[in-house]
Formats: sequence, C-alpha cells, structure tokens
Amino acid sequence: MTQSVANSGVMTTADGTPLKVSLARAQRRSKIRGTLLVVPLFAFILITFFVPIFDMLFRSVENQMVAEIMKNTAPLLKEWDDRTGELPPEEVFAAAKFDFEEGHAAKTILRVGRRLNYEVPGFSSLFRKTARRAKNFEPPYKDAFIDRDKKWGQVETWQLIKREAGAFTISYYLAALDLRYAPDGSLGIKDDKARIYLKLFWRTLSLSAFITVLCLLLAYPIAHLLSTLPLRTSNLLMILVLLPFWTSLLVRTTAWIALLQQEGVINDFLVALGLIGNDGRLAMIHNATGTVVAMTHILLPFMVLPLYSVMKTIPPSYMRAAKNLGATPAVAFMRVYFPNTVSGIGAGSILVFIISIGYYITPALVGGTDGTLISNFIAYHMSVSLNWGLAAALGVLLLVLVLMLYYLYDKIVGVDNMKFV
Amino acid sequence: MALPAYTTPGERIWFYTYRIFCGLVFFFLIAPIIVIIPLSFNAVPFFTFTEEMLRFDPAGYSLRWYNDFFTNLNWQGAVKNSVIIAFFSTILATLLGTVAALGLSRSDLPFKSAIMGLLISPMIVPLIISAAGMYFFYSKIGLQGTFLGVILAHTALGTPFVVITVTATLSGFDQVLIRSSASLGANPTTTFFRIIVPLILPGVISGALFAFITSFDEVVVVLFVGSYEQRTIPWQMFSGIREQISPTILAVATMLVCVSIALLTALELLRRRSERLRGMTPQ
Repeated sequence: MTQSVANSGVMTTADGTPLKVSLARAQRRSKIRGTLLVVPLFAFILITFFVPIFDMLFRSVENQMVAEIMKNTAPLLKEWDDRTGELPPEEVFAAAKFDFEEGHAAKTILRVGRRLNYEVPGFSSLFRKTARRAKNFEPPYKDAFIDRDKKWGQVETWQLIKREAGAFTISYYLAALDLRYAPDGSLGIKDDKARIYLKLFWRTLSLSAFITVLCLLLAYPIAHLLSTLPLRTSNLLMILVLLPFWTSLLVRTTAWIALLQQEGVINDFLVALGLIGNDGRLAMIHNATGTVVAMTHILLPFMVLPLYSVMKTIPPSYMRAAKNLGATPAVAFMRVYFPNTVSGIGAGSILVFIISIGYYITPALVGGTDGTLISNFIAYHMSVSLNWGLAAALGVLLLVLVLMLYYLYDKIVGVDNMKFV
Repeated sequence: MALPAYTTPGERIWFYTYRIFCGLVFFFLIAPIIVIIPLSFNAVPFFTFTEEMLRFDPAGYSLRWYNDFFTNLNWQGAVKNSVIIAFFSTILATLLGTVAALGLSRSDLPFKSAIMGLLISPMIVPLIISAAGMYFFYSKIGLQGTFLGVILAHTALGTPFVVITVTATLSGFDQVLIRSSASLGANPTTTFFRIIVPLILPGVISGALFAFITSFDEVVVVLFVGSYEQRTIPWQMFSGIREQISPTILAVATMLVCVSIALLTALELLRRRSERLRGMTPQ
C-alpha cells in the first residue's frame, strides 16, 4: 500500500479498520470460501475411492484369520523356536487339538486350511482330514497328530503356521513376486517353472512397451500430416482419429474379433485372394497378436492427440530456415523438427504405456492365454480363485508402478495440461 | 498441397510413401468401426461377409439382430440400467465437480496442485485397481450388487473429467467481468447466475457429457461392483462376447457408434460456442 499517507499515516476503510487488517480478513474469507467449495467433492472421492484403495492396501497385508481361529495354538507357537529343527512341544499339539475340535464344530478351521493352502498346496486337505478326527485324539497328542498325517511330523508344517499366525503378513507380496521361504527361513526366488508373476509382469511391461512403440510409429506421421495440412482438410481427417477415440472400447474390441477370428473378415479375404489355403487360416486372435493389434488401435488416438498439439505449435518457418541454411530434409528433420516434438513424444508414450499396463477388457476378450496381462490375473484372483489377498497385493504392485510413471508424466507434461479434445 | 516443380525424384517418392503410409494408418483407425456396420445387417449368425452380402443380394441382409435387440429382455434391461446409472452419476458428478472447480480456480486456494492431483486420481488409477478396491470395500459395507454402489463408483470415475473441463473454462474466464458486475450494482448471487453461469455453461455441459460417456461406456467397475441386476450395455456386451457370441452385439455396436457420432458433434458445437463466448470480452 504505497499511497498510505493519509492524515493518521495509516489508510483505513470506511468503518475505521486499517486497510491491511481488512485486506487480510477479506483474503482469509476468500480462502475459506474456496476451501468450502472443494470440500464436498474431496469428501466424496475420499469415501468412494480412496477408502476402497486403502482397504485394498490393508487387505494385501492383513492376516488375522489364522491367529483368530487357532487362538490357543498361535500364542504358544510364537514362543517355539522354529530354527532348531525340532517339532513344537507337546503343549502346542494339545492346543492344536483343542483348536481343531472347536474349529470343526464352528466350521471355521477349514478356512485356515484354505488360507494356508495358498502358501503350500495340500494344506486344505490336511486340515479337512485332521479336523474330522480331532475330537477322538488321545494324548500324547503329538503322536495322534502324526498318526493322522505324517505331515504333522514335519517342521515345515509348523513353521508355516507360525509364520502366518501373525496379524500381518508379507506372504501375498512374496507370492506376487514369485518369492518363497526356504526351510531355514531365508527368502529365495522360486524355480523357473514355478515362476508365474515375474513372467507376467515382464510380459505386461514388454507388451505395453511394444504397443507404445507401435503407436508412436503409426501416430508420428499422421500427427505431422494433420498439423501441416490446411485447417479445413486436417479437421476432416481429425474426425478419423476422434471417432475411434469416442467409440466404446467394447465396440472396437468386438470389431477386431469380427475381423481377426478364424472365420473372420481378414481370414476370409486372404482365402478369397488365394494367399492362404482354407485350412491354413491364420490364428490372429486369442493370443498376443490379438492383444497387440486391438490395443494399438484403441490407444492410437492417445498418442496422436498430444503429438498433434505439440506439432501444431512448431512454426513451419523453422524447417524452411534450416533448409535455407543448407540442411538436407533429413538433417533438418533430425536436428530441428524432431527435438521440438520430444515433449509430445514423452507425453504420448507415457500416457499410452500407463493405460496399457493396466488394461483389462481387451486382453480378457482377445488375449487368449499368452496375451493376457497382470490385470487379468487380478480379476482371476478376485472372482475365480477367490484369493483376495493375492489380488490385492498384485493390485498394489501395479498401482505403485502406475504412480511412478504418472509422477514422470507430471514432471514432463504437468497434470493441469491434460486435455481431451 | 501439390509438390513444387523443382522437387527431385527422391523427394517425390518420399512424399508419396509418406502420404500412402498416413492413408494406411487412417484406414487402420477407421476401417474396424466401419466394417461392423454392414456386418450387423447379416442374415446369418456369422461375423463375416457372406456371398449374398458381397453380391448385394437383399436376401443376404436382414434386420433380425436389431429385432433381437429390441425384443430381448436382457438387452432391454441393460439399456434401462445404463440410462439410469449414467443419468444419476452424471448429475452427481457434474454438481460436485463444478462446485469444486469453482473453488480450485481461485488463485488463493492452499495446496491447490496437491488437491487437484488427488481429485483427478480416479482417472489415472487403472480401472482394474479401482474395481478391485471398490469390490472389496463395497461388499464389506453392503453396496456391492446395488444400484447405489454402481452409481457412486461411476460418479467417482466421472468427476475428474468435469473438474478438468470446468477448470479449463474458468482459466479463460476474465475476472474483470465479476468486478464490473459488482460495480454496476449486482450482488454476488446475481453475478453468479447472470455472469458466471452463462459463461462457464459450455464447459459444464461438455464436462457432463464426458461424465455421461464415462459411465455409459464403463465396463470394468460395473462387472465387479454390479451384478446381473445392474447389468449395463457394456456389461451385457462383455458377457455376450464371452458366452454366446451373436451378431446382436454387432447391431448394438453399430447403434453405439451412432451415439458416439452424436456426442462428438455435440462436443464440437459446445467447443465452438465456448470460444465464441470467450471472444466476447469488452473492448
């Protein structure tokens, strides 16, 4: 307030408060008003979206069931030293007998069996078998258990129960990363044949990278064409990019099924041309090819649009100037045009990559077995195998990956610059 | 754009290769969408062109799959559910999103970019993760398999689009207009309804259209949060493709293409109108 040279030296408002105080008050009010406007949506997103995500985070480590149902055995096992290679003492077996008996009556003990079965196959049947007879076990219980199934005489069995009797577990993450406990309690990677998820993550990343590169190769020339043609023509051609963009992805996936399947349009066409025999129809769907073709088609507009918006800002005079200074078209392109489009390439590529690593619908419909991605396994564990903990752990890992990429995107493009048309 | 007379043969070849390549990419983009339209009029339950169709024999074409769509209760229920769910989630998303965008466009809001990041995160998080989280949590609180659950989920997915479009409209908004309105004697309410609302309306409507299409097209979340009772058109298409594939799906797809053409036109008209309105700043 430079002009505050009134009579008293301080400028005041009509009611006598100093201008500074009044301004501060007005600014505070405006800040509060702004915050109040954002609060409803913030609360809504928090409840309907963030709480579920945090619930999933919690579910991926939560493990109270074993300790809750085997409530007598669990505390005793905690005191047992599993590194000595000896079986737990008789009192643990006695407690286990009690838990099995009670759990059988309440029909809960089999849930523990199913839970432990995720870690080591065979536990479900071991628990079912033992629960049926636990009522009739006579002391010494150790021998009674081992009589029922010799697995109870193995230290590994008890090590597993001890490990999963804690309130939290990292075993879902270990499973999601194909790691396992060695008998001595150390962590190791699974055998090559047993590795599922590392291969799956790798396939997801490599297919996504391949799709991204393919999109870039297809999108770069047409974005360039769109940005250099006269507006009337380019607007018309833009419809060819925007119409697929706005068409339901299920429609586009359906279209690719109609085109690619064995009795589909492309195979019929090739047979009619005589390029392939009727019995040599190409398998282009329900495999990785189907996923790549359909996803490239679906994600191409996401690459064209950012590239186009960057190329639009490059004045044509740059290229003319470069050629005027003696550059051949190739040199002018590499040294002048291309460097100017790098931000668009970065934005489009990260966007396409982020979308494709989390893609579910298209791989589920056209992916077969070798064209499915990590999301398909998350869905499988959610609705078929019902191993929700593993689904949550895989989801969290995928989320971390996406958030890291998104951070990169934010650094390159800025969230506020996101546009759709 | 004709080539100048002085171009070398090499440049000519390069130019035409480039043009042909671009033509092929455009063909790749549009052909799959065009090809399903004639296929949906197929007289036989195949996903390919029959000989009758290629000879343009009227017997090769029929409306039986459209007829099936309009008489089949599965599809009719799906249309009804899609409209109900999209309608309510659009209204909710537009209201919440517009109000929040008004707050976000104030320059003095603390932690603005952090809040913005959180508010648009439903758009960034892969749908399968949102679907998994919502499925686990909504089943716990009894919202899984209810219309309310699906509507809330779709609202959460739709709001980022409203927030972004309305914020973008507001960023081109001339703040002087508010002061002029006040100096001409309007109170804040009058200013809001007579000055701000007409100017941001195109942004709000296009945000609402985005929210509508998000819900109308969404399939992953509805597959998990919803059940058969809440089946939407995409839900029905997904299970149709998985189980009993019939050209009815192609008929539905053709109709959806028409819907997206209508939407695209509407958005383009809105964009033009918004640009015209913004150009109306007093000299």
